[in-house]
Amino acid sequence: MQTVAVIDYGMGNLHSVSKALEHVGAGRVLVTSDAQVIREADRVVFPGVGAIRDCMAEIRRLGFDQLVREVSQDRPFLGICVGMQALMDRSEENGGVECIGQFPGSVRFFGKGQVEDGEALKVPHMGWNEVAQTVKHPLWHNIPDMARFYFVHSYYVEAGNPKQVVGRGHYGNDFAAALADGSRFAVQFHPEKSHTHGLQLLQNFAAWDGRW
Amino acid sequence: MALAKRIIPCLDVDNGRVVKGVKFENIRDAGDPVEIARRYDEQGADEITFLDITASVDGRDTTLHTVERMASQVFIPLTVGGGVRTVMDIRNLLNAGADKVSINTAAVFNPEFVGEAAQRFGSQCIVVAIDAKRVSAPGETPRWEIFTHGGRKPTGLDAVLWAKKMEDLGAGEILLTSMDQDGMKSGFDLGVTRAISESVGIPVIASGGVGNLDHLADGIIEGKAAAVLAASIFHFGEYTVPEAKAYMASRGIVVR
Repeated sequence: MQTVAVIDYGMGNLHSVSKALEHVGAGRVLVTSDAQVIREADRVVFPGVGAIRDCMAEIRRLGFDQLVREVSQDRPFLGICVGMQALMDRSEENGGVECIGQFPGSVRFFGKGQVEDGEALKVPHMGWNEVAQTVKHPLWHNIPDMARFYFVHSYYVEAGNPKQVVGRGHYGNDFAAALADGSRFAVQFHPEKSHTHGLQLLQNFAAWDGRW
Repeated sequence: MALAKRIIPCLDVDNGRVVKGVKFENIRDAGDPVEIARRYDEQGADEITFLDITASVDGRDTTLHTVERMASQVFIPLTVGGGVRTVMDIRNLLNAGADKVSINTAAVFNPEFVGEAAQRFGSQCIVVAIDAKRVSAPGETPRWEIFTHGGRKPTGLDAVLWAKKMEDLGAGEILLTSMDQDGMKSGFDLGVTRAISESVGIPVIASGGVGNLDHLADGIIEGKAAAVLAASIFHFGEYTVPEAKAYMASRGIVVR
């Protein structure tokens, strides 16, 4: 049976991610902070919630920045929410934080007091929003274009390479809802909290050979 | 592309059982919160709120166990509130699978707790629950106060200022319970819902007194809420979540 490692660096609740992966029959799901277990896993999931400075501090302390660079190259790898943001070059949250740099681009604040169509935009961007599938990708299999996924974030990814944006979201401005490059895929929304479409994406991830 | 307004069924849970029976079409009353949450999930509810009203200390373990079971089977966001007083309470609930934790009375008596919680766990998972009632007489400039103990005890705190303070301390969302002056089932107090929604930059969930689908739509359109929470209209099978969504959509509200 294949193994899926969910990287645990002590930030937040990994219960939902691991339960959702088990629910779709992704294989043996290991929530772990053991570098060896992560290196040996067939697939790796890199979640994250909370403040990026705290996340990056823990990631570096555990040496996971280097580990993520390694294991995101040669097997299916999925970053979720702050996990996606940590894969960028840098974030402007917490006064500016250098991140892992697996995708070119940066993480920006939505900004307070934005108004769109006469409505004040609340931050965090919280709830179900549409994702435009800008490019075909195995992880979009069986998911309709413009399907709604559950988001909760105050900062968004501005991709440095537009070709890597495979899903586009919009909230006041366009942002990268999903990025892909080789065996790496990253989503701003929470597939584990996005009902049928989210579970489908996780199932697609579990079946993906990592090629794109 | 627009963010959908959310519909959130709320379950009152005592010692691992839903307090009032819940009735779905063709399904008899069920008291298991996990079973009920699954039904709402299937109906297309956008989130579930689990309000723990267990009085006993021993009951806390039952709550954690129930949350854990629910989070293993329901793949939409889950907020848990009721009796949250310490950082350890929050940690335990998040570890059991809650996505957000709602702080109510503890915020009133110790506002710094909200700040501490947001620092530790991130604003995205800290909801502050506010019970507000109108205290101004008819004809006066409207003023609303925070109440505790199920709406019985006034605190002297202005509800709008309080909501802003909670935002400043790091709350990620406000769960505002209000009732129109007439009392039960006459809808939200749209005045306070709108006053708070327009003065904070974080999402506001409107709750309290929902008796029909117009109340839900009014909470969004007039009250400017980002989400509406209701219990009894869904529990007793008066309306289903899809009916509520279809009605809201007919009034021009974006729903999932």
